Amino acid sequence: MKLDPTVCVLGEDVGHYGGSYKVTKGLAEMFGDLRVLDTPIAENSFTGMGVGAAMKGLRPVVEGMNMGFLLLAYNQISNNCGMLHYTSGGQFKVPLVIRGPGGVGRQLGAEHSQRLESYFQSIPGLQMVACSTPYNAKGLMKAAIRSENPVVLFEHVLLYNLKEKIPNEEYVLCLEEAEMVRPGEHVTILTYSRMRYHVLQAEKTLVNKGYDPEIIDIRSLKPFDLHTIGNSIKKTHRVLIVEECMRTGGIGASLRSAIIDNFWDYLDAPIMCLSSQDVPTPYAGTLEDATVAQPAQIVAAVEQICQ
Amino acid sequence: MAAASFTAAKFLAPVAARSGGDRAPPLPAIGAASARPRRGAQQTRLRTALAVSSDVLAGNKAAQAAAGEPVVTREEALEVYEDMVLGRVFEDMCAQMYYRGKMFGFVHLYNGQEAVSTGFIKLLNQADCVVSTYRDHVHALSKGVPARSVMAELFGKATGCCRGQGGSMHMFSAPHNLLGGFAFIGEGIPVATGAAFAAKYRHEVLKQSSPDGLDVTLAFFGDGTCNNGQFFECLNMAQLWKLPIVFVVENNLWAIGMSHLRATSDPEIYKKGPAFGMPGVHVDGMDVLKVREVAKEAIERARRGEGPTLVECETYRFRGHSLADPDELRKPDEKSHYAARDPITALKKYIIEYNLATESELKSIEKKIDDIVEEAVEFADASPHPPRSQLLENVFADPKGFGIGPDGKYRCEDPKFTQGTAQV
Repeated sequence: MKLDPTVCVLGEDVGHYGGSYKVTKGLAEMFGDLRVLDTPIAENSFTGMGVGAAMKGLRPVVEGMNMGFLLLAYNQISNNCGMLHYTSGGQFKVPLVIRGPGGVGRQLGAEHSQRLESYFQSIPGLQMVACSTPYNAKGLMKAAIRSENPVVLFEHVLLYNLKEKIPNEEYVLCLEEAEMVRPGEHVTILTYSRMRYHVLQAEKTLVNKGYDPEIIDIRSLKPFDLHTIGNSIKKTHRVLIVEECMRTGGIGASLRSAIIDNFWDYLDAPIMCLSSQDVPTPYAGTLEDATVAQPAQIVAAVEQICQ
Repeated sequence: MAAASFTAAKFLAPVAARSGGDRAPPLPAIGAASARPRRGAQQTRLRTALAVSSDVLAGNKAAQAAAGEPVVTREEALEVYEDMVLGRVFEDMCAQMYYRGKMFGFVHLYNGQEAVSTGFIKLLNQADCVVSTYRDHVHALSKGVPARSVMAELFGKATGCCRGQGGSMHMFSAPHNLLGGFAFIGEGIPVATGAAFAAKYRHEVLKQSSPDGLDVTLAFFGDGTCNNGQFFECLNMAQLWKLPIVFVVENNLWAIGMSHLRATSDPEIYKKGPAFGMPGVHVDGMDVLKVREVAKEAIERARRGEGPTLVECETYRFRGHSLADPDELRKPDEKSHYAARDPITALKKYIIEYNLATESELKSIEKKIDDIVEEAVEFADASPHPPRSQLLENVFADPKGFGIGPDGKYRCEDPKFTQGTAQV
């Protein structure tokens, strides 16, 4: 926001409150109430406002207080964010960033635990990225703001407390690239967002058992970085996808398709995909844990694939 | 067209002229500032609606009107006449071309409503924005998009204003600040609100000021949209932040086959403005000069930074909702009532009456428009269809969005990419 005065933020409680997860803390004091706009509760309309402002030269960052609330903005996200550059014959661009916390938290209940990446992935004209560490959060956010395309940046409710030493200076990560977390030889594990940490937990067990997993945080949910993913598959010949969205129509489903289309000859085993169960996320802790993929399941899956 | 133009803020009185709403309450005539009390249960709900136009007009124009002076100059009258005739002839040509199989899909024609488009848009600068709905051909023309670009777009040709990718319901023009053309009702209103927000932002944050004032945005939409959430959400936000926008309701009484009176608990749309703190004005949308007077005031308010206005224009579409609509529900007496108030005929009469131009001058304008529209059709006919390679070109403003392929290169780096598929 310091570098480019056309960058502005809009959303519920982003200004005086500093953001429901404090992502925009202090910005309103620094940049004023118009650049950090506290909106009324009207997701569809203020997202559309972001589109209109982007068409007229601003670079708005729209926050969904919880990603789930953006279901109310689906009309604007699909029709206007995604399609407007096309239907206008390329005359107007929509350099909008839509971001917010999503994913399964700690007993937040079904409606506050949604994973919208699967719902948005079909929208043509939209890019989607998911950050998972403080380092890639900063880099991806900067990249998203600079992009001329509308970008949906998925943050996760449970990852805001992560602490990491990151460079003070400017750095911009590539929106379309995946991140190599741990090189390995036996199996390619593709994951993103919070599931990265379940995978890392499973990794400890797996390494003790003598496995050497290659862990890739795909980061770019749409489009997929088939170069990084492909190179990995060509090396390990086995793929496990670990994701938090639902099994049906999820990111994993699309990723599996893309891998089969492009790398079928390199596979020595069927692709496995651990997703959340197709249930509304329950409130009860035990049931909630059973909804998402847990480290023990990841270990078991790797053992099965590597037989 | 009455010379006493403060009647601009009056309702058309006889309810009988509207079909489909047998139990609609009797509508009052709005005088200078307050509404007369009505009988029965309605009385407790009565509130004074701010009638901006009547205050302005009662002051300025009553004097002029009394003296028998026209409210526009000759140049203005001819500009307005030409624009309305262009709108009418163009839409008639669209109907012809549709039935000849030159244009397809859903085509929504504007016949009868020309006074609203012309009355408002001819007052705008190039930097002001217009946001419309699927009934957008004439808004595009009034804003200055060449007839040939609109016709070519309708024919689906590569020379259309949107390269043939938008079609009838998605007219856009960056040079003319026409921000769409939207197929879902209501979804353009937030976009218009955003354009107005950007105008205020440019002034206050970027310190880019124009001597005229803020750039104004006009949002056009219909009576059906006024029952939609986005309408109300944007009235709230626009007034909250005093955005330079005018909400123009083209109330033609019908949303396809749904009468406004059957769909709306309180059909007086202009009253919804004061509920949000902004002036709500009702104007005879079949009278271009009345519309223009109200538009002038509303646009200038916005430019001065005083915020939004809700203008309800009572108008009528002479044709069906779209070219696919058999238009069987509207009663003949309603149609003939409004046909008798054809805005173009009325303006012609006014121009002749006030000696602003001669019959033959008007005829030559009509001939000029006929030529323009004919030429537009010839241009569209002769234009090429979009090539296959155009399919993927505008999906992303930055084609890196198609991602990195297995070979490590961005898909868009392959020059043959756009002829392929959009798989990611």
